[in-house]
Amino acid sequence: MKVNIDSEKCQGHGRCFSLAPALFDSDDLGQGVVIGDGDVSPDQEENARLAQENCPEYAIEIEES
Amino acid sequence: MSTTDKAPVQDFATDFDHTDPSWVKDPYPIWDDLRQRCPIAHTDRYGGAWLPTRHEDVAAIAHDTDHFTSWTVVVGNGRPGEDALPPPIGVAPPITSDPPFHAMARRLLQPVFAPKQIDLYESYVRELCGKLLDPFVGGSAIDASLDYAEHIPVGVIAKMLGFPEEDGEIFRGFVHTILEAVDKEPEERIEDFQPVIDYFTARIEEHRENPQDDLTTFLLEAKLGDMELAPEHVFGSMLLLIVAGIDTTWSAIGSSIWHLAQHPEEVARLKSEPGLLDTAIEEFLRAYSPVTMARLVKEDMDYAGCPMKKDDWILLSFPAANRDPEMFENPDEVIIDRKVNRHAAFGLGIHRCLGSNLARMEMRVALEEFLARFDSFSLADPDAVTWSQGQVRGPRSLPLTLGNF
Repeated sequence: MKVNIDSEKCQGHGRCFSLAPALFDSDDLGQGVVIGDGDVSPDQEENARLAQENCPEYAIEIEES
Repeated sequence: MSTTDKAPVQDFATDFDHTDPSWVKDPYPIWDDLRQRCPIAHTDRYGGAWLPTRHEDVAAIAHDTDHFTSWTVVVGNGRPGEDALPPPIGVAPPITSDPPFHAMARRLLQPVFAPKQIDLYESYVRELCGKLLDPFVGGSAIDASLDYAEHIPVGVIAKMLGFPEEDGEIFRGFVHTILEAVDKEPEERIEDFQPVIDYFTARIEEHRENPQDDLTTFLLEAKLGDMELAPEHVFGSMLLLIVAGIDTTWSAIGSSIWHLAQHPEEVARLKSEPGLLDTAIEEFLRAYSPVTMARLVKEDMDYAGCPMKKDDWILLSFPAANRDPEMFENPDEVIIDRKVNRHAAFGLGIHRCLGSNLARMEMRVALEEFLARFDSFSLADPDAVTWSQGQVRGPRSLPLTLGNF
C-alpha cells in the first residue's frame, strides 16, 4: 500500500498527521506531507485508511498493491 | 440579546433569522426540517440571505470563491461601506480576503499556527487551566463557562498578541460587539466599534516603540513581497485573532463540558481510556460545531435552483452540514468513539480555520485538566444554561454541581 496527499486539495486540517503520525507529518505551514516515499507497512494500513476516511477535503489517496 | 423588536419567525424556510430565540435555544430541529424540505432556505431579513443546510451545498459554496466573496463574514443589517477595504482584502485578512490576495495574507500567518509552534503554548494553557480550576476543587459548584472555558482562549490570545492578561474583560466586550450584537443598526454598530479601534491603536503604538517577541510585533515587521503590511492589514489581522480565537474555542470547550455533564458514563470511560479523548473531541466538534461563516453573492445568478442576487448573504452553516444524515450515520447521536468523522467544524476550502491546531490543543488540555480534577459533575439546572446568539454557538452560562455521586 502507498499513500499520497493531493496538495491541491489539502488545506492543513491536520487529521492525517494526528491519526497516522508514522505516515504523515506537517510542514512549516501546517500542511500535511507524506513521510518518505509513502510506502505503508502492513501494521500501518489501518491508520492509513483512518487518515483517508477522516480527511475533510478528500485529499488522501491510497494505492493498494 | 436582541436590541431591536423583531417579528418572530413564522417559517424558517422563507423567513429565517439566526438570532430568533428558538434558533438560539435549539437550532438542530430547525435545520433538520429545512434539510428535508428546502434544502436552501431564504430570508428577506438582513437585506436578503440564504441558508444551505446540506453538507454537499455547504461544501460546494465554501469551495466556490468564483461566485462567493468572503469580503465580510458576519451577517448583519448593513454591507461594507465605500470606505471599507475592498475585495480581495477585506477588513480582517485573511478571513475576509479572496484569491489571489488571500493566499499571501494566509501564508504569512500559517507558520505561527502550525502544529509545532502551537505545541509551545501547551504548558501555558495547562498552567492557566489549573489556576482557574484549583479554587473549585473540593467545592460543590462551578460555572464551567463563566468560571472556566471563557478565560482559556482569552489568556492564550492575549499571550500570543502580547497584550496585558488583565485586559481579558475588554476583549470579551469587543467580541460581543462584533459577533453577538449583529441585529443592531449599522450606525449604532459603527459607534460601538470605536473603542475597539482605540484599544488596538494603543497596543500597536506601544509595540512600535517597544518591539516584543509576540504576534503584534511579528505583524508590524512582516512583509508581503518587500512591502510592509498596510496599517489596516495589521489592525485587521489582530482583530481577526481576537474575534476568531476567543468565542469560538470558549464555545467548543463549553459545549463539550455541557455534553459530558449529562453523560457520566462517558466521563467514566474517558477517565479509564484517556487515549479516546482526541476522538471524542472530534465528535464534540462535529455535533456541537460552534462556528457558522458567511459569504456574499458576487453577482446575480441562479445557484442550485435559488435566484441569488448580488450582495445577498450566504449563512454558511458548518454546524448544519455536520448534522446531515447523508454525510454522517446517526448524525444527532454523539458517539465519542466515532471512527469515521469527516466533519467540517473548521470550515472547508481555502479558509480552513487558521487556528484549528490551537483550538484543538486548548480543547484537549481544558478537558484533560477538568476531568483530572472532578470525579463527577452534572448540570445544576438544565434550564439555567444560556446559549450565545449569532454565528458562534456555545453555552454562555453553564452552572454545574460538583460532587461524588
